[in-house]
Amino acid sequence: MTVLLSASLALKEMIRNVGRFASISAVIALITVLILFLAGLGEGLALGNRQYLESVDGQLLVYQDTADVQIAASQFDRSIIASVRRVEGVEDVGAVAFSSTVIEPLGGRQSSEDAGQRVSLIGVEPGRPGAPRVVQGSGFTSSSGNEVVLGRQAAIRTGASVGDVITVRSTQGAVDERYDLRVVGIADGQQYQISPGALVPLITFDRVKPKGEVQADPSSLVFNLVAVRAEPGVDAEVLGERIEREVRSVEAYDLVTAYENVPGYTAQKSTVDTQTGFTLVIGILVVGGFFQIQTLQKLGQIGMLKAIGASNATIAISTVLQIVFTNLIGVTIGALGTAALAATFPATVPIVFREGNVLVAVGGLLIIGPLGGLVALRAALRVEPLTALGLAK
Amino acid sequence: MTVPASHDAAASTFPNTPAGVTGPALVADGVTKTYQLGDQTIYAVKDVSLEVQPGEFVALVGPSGSGKTSLLAMLAGLLRPTEGYVRIADEEIGSMSDRALTRFRRRNIGFTFQANNLLPYLTVLENVTLMLSLNGRTTPAAVDWAKELLDQLGLGDRLRNLPSQLSGGQQQRVSIARALIHRPAVVLADEPTASLDTERAFQVVQTFAQLVHDNRRAGIMVTHDLRMVRYVDKVVQMRDGVLERVVDAPEEIRALSEGAP
Repeated sequence: MTVLLSASLALKEMIRNVGRFASISAVIALITVLILFLAGLGEGLALGNRQYLESVDGQLLVYQDTADVQIAASQFDRSIIASVRRVEGVEDVGAVAFSSTVIEPLGGRQSSEDAGQRVSLIGVEPGRPGAPRVVQGSGFTSSSGNEVVLGRQAAIRTGASVGDVITVRSTQGAVDERYDLRVVGIADGQQYQISPGALVPLITFDRVKPKGEVQADPSSLVFNLVAVRAEPGVDAEVLGERIEREVRSVEAYDLVTAYENVPGYTAQKSTVDTQTGFTLVIGILVVGGFFQIQTLQKLGQIGMLKAIGASNATIAISTVLQIVFTNLIGVTIGALGTAALAATFPATVPIVFREGNVLVAVGGLLIIGPLGGLVALRAALRVEPLTALGLAK
Repeated sequence: MTVPASHDAAASTFPNTPAGVTGPALVADGVTKTYQLGDQTIYAVKDVSLEVQPGEFVALVGPSGSGKTSLLAMLAGLLRPTEGYVRIADEEIGSMSDRALTRFRRRNIGFTFQANNLLPYLTVLENVTLMLSLNGRTTPAAVDWAKELLDQLGLGDRLRNLPSQLSGGQQQRVSIARALIHRPAVVLADEPTASLDTERAFQVVQTFAQLVHDNRRAGIMVTHDLRMVRYVDKVVQMRDGVLERVVDAPEEIRALSEGAP
């Protein structure tokens, strides 16, 4: 009965003062859009940094021990491969190398501004850990062919599809060299360092990557990491310790540690997370301020209600329901608005809405209303019925 | 303007007199309210005793600061006396817990106030039936009686209007209907005519008096305007927190009313 009466009072006040409540719902909707986009941007940037590493078909990545978990600082030659593979519990290993290059526009450059698409160039050993799982095309047919598997983002941005021949441009020495590569597959994800990924066989990588001097000798292959797949049932942490013990001058890390140490990843993520947190706090203050002011404007009414016998429960439930309804409407409009806006964004915008993140953000937004309204609730409950007679202290 | 004495169906839900109550509807005995100001004890109300019978309409008058509103607050159970007691419908309210007192007010007391009388977002009918909802008694018969009561108060065509669409006098009449709809033992009015012009003020008090008499409620009205006592049965005059005198002879009340400035 109390709840029904409280809900009825709350809803009637909202419906008959629709302008006032619509304005706060609109503010909540805008805060929702801002927070969801910040969360989406955070996820998009994080994904752009970690997507390839996260998708590695293995549990561990082996670094040079002096590299301090920095991929670019870790340099191995082929001898390391056999050493790691020999460790008990290792099922397979694969060399992985990172660089960057530019994919020239299909059909050639049309203007001076048409500079092509910068991509992360990733060298892998076909069929080994670190090689991509293609979702279109056949994948690599040899370990040294002029073949490339494009990440989904790279395919979208360049317009290339399976069977096309793309041209990559790399500065080698003082000269821009161009290499034609046939697209043999498309793989989901594969972004690294906020660039879409283009994956090539390690030998091809060594040929086409930017470098100071031309190196033609395949025996001098240099790469950055060794991706390790453990045998089934083998604990990755234990295996990592074993590798570090048995192979000289290496450190092994799980995939999460690896991408958290990608330069800028943690700083970027914490910056966006802080902005999201601040926006939530601002939301709490805005919602709290609105309902606090509204409560102060209604002291006489609340006093009258208490004087005629309305219980504190009736007042409290009505106040809370009003806050929850207003917040729910605002968050719903904001979420729908965000979805509508996001649908208009090109694929190049690094905003990614992941179910879990969206739910956390929406959950946070749904909590800020009642949190902000706590002050108003306290104020409403402290109103003395004597206020109705103008006698309150 | 005529007003209904009762409504058969509603009367079955809201008895005219609380069960088992035969004596005065309200008794105040030696009621005192003091405040401490440093070492000094301030008497807002000092040793006031009075009785109000069912169907009796009493005016509580006095200059500003005479203690009449404080006394009304104690009679309403909104303020606890420092000494003495208040009994309504045979129940002493001073010893009740806050929650019990709230429930008691909801069931046994009707209010009209000087300001903030109505909820601005409820219609006229909703404001009146709010008392029924608070008491969990929103029966069709009770709602019908609310409509009839409002009709008799000249607001039959205003049921769906919001308070902002009514004049001050109309709003006071709505609050009178709300004060009576749940058939409380006592109806209390704090300066119900303060914001009204003279003609409307007289109309409101006359209506109030008639409803109190016809429905056999005990009515107490605080007013600083002696002209308004014309329709009451008893005048309680307060000064400096003390009950100065009680006037209950009709000719004296009329003289008081007509001699008012």
